[in-house]
Amino acid sequence: MTSAEVDSAATRPPREEAAASGAPHRARDQARARDGSLAPRGLVRRPSFVVGVCLLVGWVVVAVFWPWLAPADPMAQNPSLRLLGPSGGHLFGTDQFGRDVLSRVMAGARPVLEVAPLATALAVAAGSLLGLVCGMRRGLVDEIVMRVVDMFAVFPSLVAAVVVVALAGRSTTTLVLVIATFSTPMVTRSVRAAALVEREKPYVEAARLRGEPFWSLLWREVLPNVSGTVLVEATSGLGNAIFAASTLSFLGLGQAPGSPEWGASVADNRVFLQQCWWTVLFPALAVGSLVVGIALIADNLREQATRR
Amino acid sequence: MLRFLTRRLVTILVTMLAVSLLVFIATELIPGDVARVVLGREASQASVDALRHQLRLDEPLAPRYLHWLGGFVTGDWGRSYTLGVDVRPLVVERLLNSATLALLSFVLLVPVALTLGLAAGLREGRLTDRILSVTGLSLAAVPEFVTGVVLLVIFSVRLHWLPSSAQAPPGAGPLTRIQHLLLPALCLVLLCTGYVARHVRASTVAVLASPFIRAMRVRGLSETRLVRGHVLRNSLVPATGALAVQLQFLLAGLVTVELLFGYQGIGDLLLSSATSKDVPALQASAIVLGAVGMGIYVIADLVYALLDPRVRVGRARA
Repeated sequence: MTSAEVDSAATRPPREEAAASGAPHRARDQARARDGSLAPRGLVRRPSFVVGVCLLVGWVVVAVFWPWLAPADPMAQNPSLRLLGPSGGHLFGTDQFGRDVLSRVMAGARPVLEVAPLATALAVAAGSLLGLVCGMRRGLVDEIVMRVVDMFAVFPSLVAAVVVVALAGRSTTTLVLVIATFSTPMVTRSVRAAALVEREKPYVEAARLRGEPFWSLLWREVLPNVSGTVLVEATSGLGNAIFAASTLSFLGLGQAPGSPEWGASVADNRVFLQQCWWTVLFPALAVGSLVVGIALIADNLREQATRR
Repeated sequence: MLRFLTRRLVTILVTMLAVSLLVFIATELIPGDVARVVLGREASQASVDALRHQLRLDEPLAPRYLHWLGGFVTGDWGRSYTLGVDVRPLVVERLLNSATLALLSFVLLVPVALTLGLAAGLREGRLTDRILSVTGLSLAAVPEFVTGVVLLVIFSVRLHWLPSSAQAPPGAGPLTRIQHLLLPALCLVLLCTGYVARHVRASTVAVLASPFIRAMRVRGLSETRLVRGHVLRNSLVPATGALAVQLQFLLAGLVTVELLFGYQGIGDLLLSSATSKDVPALQASAIVLGAVGMGIYVIADLVYALLDPRVRVGRARA
C-alpha cells in the first residue's frame, strides 16, 4: 500500500474502511454520520422514515406473495356477484365482472413493482455513469451531455412519454425503457454536481498523481464517495417511476388490457364511480400509499445526506 | 442575461425540432399502416392506397417532414385524420380550455402555497411545521388520478357538492364553469402546493436567520410588521423558480386530469390523437404543449431577474 492510498482511505466510504480494519459496528455508524452518507441509527428513530419503510416493505411482500395472500382469484369473473359493496365476504367489494377488488388490488402491486424498480435501476446506472464521466472529465463530452439533459429538463416529460408509448405500442419493455430514459437526465445532473465537488478533493489529486487509471478512479474512489447522492436519487427516482408507470397505466398506455394494474383499474371502473366508488377508490389508495411511503423514505435520506 | 436568454431560446428551438422529428420518425415505425388505422379494418385496399397518397404517406420521410415543417411554420397545421377538421383552430380551442383550468389552478395555488410555506417557516421545527412539511411532501408524490378519485368520492359521490365532470353544459355562465372546474383544479393544486410551500419555507427560515432581521428585532420592530415588510418579500424570490418547475407538472397533469374529469382540453387532445395515431393533431398538440412548458421557464427567468437584481448569467449553470 502506497502512502497516497493511505491518505485516500480517510475519505473513502466508511463501509470499506470498517470492513478492512474490522472495526465494530458502533465505530462504523459514527463514521457514517461524520461522512454524512448514511446513519441507520438516526433514521430508525424518525417516525416518518419507519412509516415509509413499512409501507414499501408491505407492498413488496404483497407483490411477491399475492397468489398465497389474496382471498380470491383476481381474474375470476362471477356474474352473480356483480358490484357488491364492501362486506365481510368481499372486504373491498366486487367490480362490474364480479371480481374480488381486494384480490385485484393485491395482484396489482406486482406489475408496478416490476416496471418501476427495473426502470429506476437502468436510469440510476446510466445516470451515474454519465454524471461521473461528465463531472470528472468536463470538456466537450460534458458540454454535449449537459445540453441534451437541458433539453429533457425543459420538455414536460409525461407529454413526451405519452407520445412515445402510444406510438411505440404498449408493452412492459417499452414502459421500462421510456421511464428509464426520462429519469436518466435527473440522475445525471445530481451525480455530476456531486462529482464536481469530489474532483477538487485531495484524494482525487492523490489518485491522479499515483497514476491511477481514469475508470478505476471513477469506480473505486469517486463512486463510493457520491453513493449518498446516488442512493437519494434512486429512492426519489423510484417514487417518480411509480408515479409515471401508474399514470401511464391510467391513461390506457400500461400493460395488457384486463390486467389488475392499479392505474388501469381506476380508469376501467371510472364510469361506475357514482354507483360503486369502491372499485375505484381502493386501487387509487393503493397507489397513494406506495408513493407516499417512498416519498417519506426519500425525504429522510435526502435530509440525512445534506446534513453534514 | 441576454446571452442566457438567447441560449435558452436556442435550446427550446432545438428541442422543438427534435420532438417534431421524433414524432415523425415514430409514425414511420408504427406497427401497421396509419391509413389502415384511420380507415379501419374493413376498408378496401384501394381506398387505403388513395388515403396514403392523399396524406403523402407514399413519399419518403425527408421531403414529407420538410413539407410538414414548412406548412407548420407558415400556419398550415394540416387536417386531423380522425376528426376531419383543421388542426390549428382545434388546438387553439383546446388550448384555451386548458388555459382556463390551468389559470384557475394557478390562482388557487399561489396564495395557498405561500401561506402554508410562510406558516411552516415561521414555526420552524415545531409540530405545525412538521405536519405541513410531511403532508405537502406526501401530496406531491401522489399521481393526480389518485387525489382526483379521492376528491371525487368525497365531494361528488358522498356529499354531492360538486359535479364530477369538468365540462360545463354549453352556454353556462362563468360561475357554473368555475364550479365544474373546481375539483380538477384542486387536484392540480394539491400536487403542486407541497413543493412550492417547501421552497417558501426554506427561504423564510433563511431570511429569519439573517443579520438584518435580528437587527430589526433588536430595534423593537413588531413581529407582524417584520414579516409583512421584510420576510415576505425576501422569501418570495426563490419561490418563483419553484413555481416554474411546478407549472411544468401542472401542464403534464392536464393530460391525466382532463381524462379523469372528461374535459376537452389540450391534454385530452394529445392523448386521444396519440392513441388513434392522428399524426397532424398529435404533432401540433405535442409541440404546443411543449412550447408552453418551455416558455414558462423563460418567463420565470425574466420574473426572477426583475425581482432580484443580483441575478447574473452564472446562475444558469447551477
